[in-house]
Amino acid sequence: MDALDLARWQFGVTTVYHFLFVPLTIGLGIFVAGLQTAWHRTGKDQYLKLTKFFGKLFLINFAMGVVTGIVQEFQFGMNWSEYSTFVGDVFGAPLAMEALLAFFMESTFLGLWIFGWERLPKKAHLACIWAAAIGSNLSAYFILAANAWMKHPVGYEVVDGKARMTDLWAVLTNSTALAQVPHVIGAAFVVAGGFVLAVSGYWLLKTRAPMWRSAARAALVMTAIAGAVVAGTGDTSARLMYEQQPMKLASAEGLERDTTGAAFSVVPGIEIPRLLSLLSDHDPDAAVQGTEDLQRRFEQQFGPADYRPDQPVVFWSFRVMIVFGMATVGLSVLGLWLTRRRREFPSWLSRALLLALPLPLVAVISGWLLSEIGRQPWTVAGELLTASSVSPGVSLAEVATSLTIFTLLYGALAVAEGVLLTRHVRKGVEEREPATAAERLEPSLMY
Amino acid sequence: MIELWFVIIAFLWTGYFVLEGFDFGVGMLAPIVSRNAEERRQSLETIGPVWDGNEVWLITAVGAMFAAFPAWYAGVFSTFYLPVTLVLVGLIVRGVGLEWRGKVADPRWCDLGIVVGSALPAFLWGAVFADLLYDSLPAALLGGAFTLAVCALHGAVFLALKTTGPVRRRARVTALAASGVAIPVAVAALSGLGSLPALASMASLAAATALIWRRREGWAFAATAGAVVLTTLAVFMELRLQPLPGLTLAEAASGPYTLTMLSWIGLITLPFVLVYQGWTYWVFRKRVRTAIPIGYVAGAPPR
Repeated sequence: MDALDLARWQFGVTTVYHFLFVPLTIGLGIFVAGLQTAWHRTGKDQYLKLTKFFGKLFLINFAMGVVTGIVQEFQFGMNWSEYSTFVGDVFGAPLAMEALLAFFMESTFLGLWIFGWERLPKKAHLACIWAAAIGSNLSAYFILAANAWMKHPVGYEVVDGKARMTDLWAVLTNSTALAQVPHVIGAAFVVAGGFVLAVSGYWLLKTRAPMWRSAARAALVMTAIAGAVVAGTGDTSARLMYEQQPMKLASAEGLERDTTGAAFSVVPGIEIPRLLSLLSDHDPDAAVQGTEDLQRRFEQQFGPADYRPDQPVVFWSFRVMIVFGMATVGLSVLGLWLTRRRREFPSWLSRALLLALPLPLVAVISGWLLSEIGRQPWTVAGELLTASSVSPGVSLAEVATSLTIFTLLYGALAVAEGVLLTRHVRKGVEEREPATAAERLEPSLMY
Repeated sequence: MIELWFVIIAFLWTGYFVLEGFDFGVGMLAPIVSRNAEERRQSLETIGPVWDGNEVWLITAVGAMFAAFPAWYAGVFSTFYLPVTLVLVGLIVRGVGLEWRGKVADPRWCDLGIVVGSALPAFLWGAVFADLLYDSLPAALLGGAFTLAVCALHGAVFLALKTTGPVRRRARVTALAASGVAIPVAVAALSGLGSLPALASMASLAAATALIWRRREGWAFAATAGAVVLTTLAVFMELRLQPLPGLTLAEAASGPYTLTMLSWIGLITLPFVLVYQGWTYWVFRKRVRTAIPIGYVAGAPPR
């Protein structure tokens, strides 16, 4: 164990935690905005109740997304100062844009929404939740553009040992980013849809209220559409991986030697002939490079080192991502079919909907493991090794301290969030408005 | 271009300290100025709609440092590793505490988080910047004491400006007490800098004390805000020549292309940010009372 290992663990732990909360913020924000719009359009009280109910759950989760996100922005400088110095010229711009264009909008308008229920005109108040929700989605675009650049650096040159940006537009329209953004945002909507499905399923088991049927149906539609986007962009991502990150693809498939007409191994030992070549290049006879041959070529190109990522982790995270993601989307398509044309939700389906919360979360976390571990040993593919990215002046003890603090703190807060969400889900919607001043002292959305 | 970006980063840090400065103060003082749960809610509601937007000034300042001066960003945050870790811990427990306190059965843990999470970063930012300037522990402690005291004063004046009833009265007394600490500490901390803004900052603190004594809360808040602006200005004037020991701005800076692009982005986006954030303060311009009616009229047709 040295500072590098611990810094990597810290990045893994903090990023995975951050991404437990972020997808829900991205998708649920839009969902709540949609509910409030429905209330605005129809005037039906059930939509207002749902807006406030899911709004409260959204806020509980939003807090965690924000505070774990602050750590991310400081972490590059703290643990990865060599990386930061090398890439800041390129990588910093999307981060600065994220703050200026997305975070300000998200935080400011959410504050207005939380406290503006009575103070703002109804239309302005509705606009606030949309602005906040759109801000969340915008932030995802900028951070994913930065992340995509690490896998497939474009629009830069290296001057005096530092990356220098030459084309901002190329960085923001990186092919890798354009595939990754809809893929990840789509996945976020699947997670948020799954969350609404689980909550609605719980309530459909207790009561047959039409309100919960509407919520569940809306979430089924959202999850199914988002699932289609994720699958489509997943295919695009796989083809880009074939072109841009051959080593990741080879590791994800356990393919050791260059092969034409490569088979796809479902699990080790069970293979579908030629499918890998088909997925990689839309050609069943395409040549796919193998890890060992790539290693040889990389050694010639970059010098002696091990250029192979952690093969079992990459292999299995890829499969877990697909299986768990597909299961969620399959469940939503099944649900849509079973409840078509005003058919009731059968109770076994409501029970199955409870699975729609954990399944996509496992899928998105696996997706990030595939993405980040598959990029190893590079922080910037072909330019900077992870081992050369770490802060030279930071001691093992310092990283160990911060890693311990963050892990314990995050763990405690994640449990607290789970308890808090569960409690408010069980409470259900506010059936009546507070009538007296004393009752109003416990505001539903405020402090 | 390099100079311009240094000025922009100084501006972003200034915005951060002015805005988050008072909400740190409110977070620290909420238990002191309130006598019951309702008054505590009243105190915290003064910052409720705005604290998160204020915090984005920090995210933007740090993001801009990363983009415009990568080596400076990397150097500062890897050098001040443990203090920054503790700042982050503070911001985490504070953020969660503020968002959750209205949603938990017993807000005690949240309230503790808000106090600790406001005081810790308020102290540590001063310590980090003082250490950047003087590279000595006593200076860092003095710098931390200074920012802690000034945030408390700034927050107390804001509370006096934004509340009614007993909380407003107690906030005024607290502000006077805080100024009794802040002014001597400021004299000790700022006389070392000796620049014009540093001296003007001391004068501004003294003016704030006189104004809050005479119950001119709005002007007193302008004076404490002025003191924060002038102090940050004084600090960044010192940092200009040596942002980090052994580093110059030119060495730390990104290339001209990146700085030009960032300038356009900043020029286009910052005015919007200032307008809608300003609008938030306008929407919530009224003083916060206790037991304000909230909620909506059930079944009322949307307007």
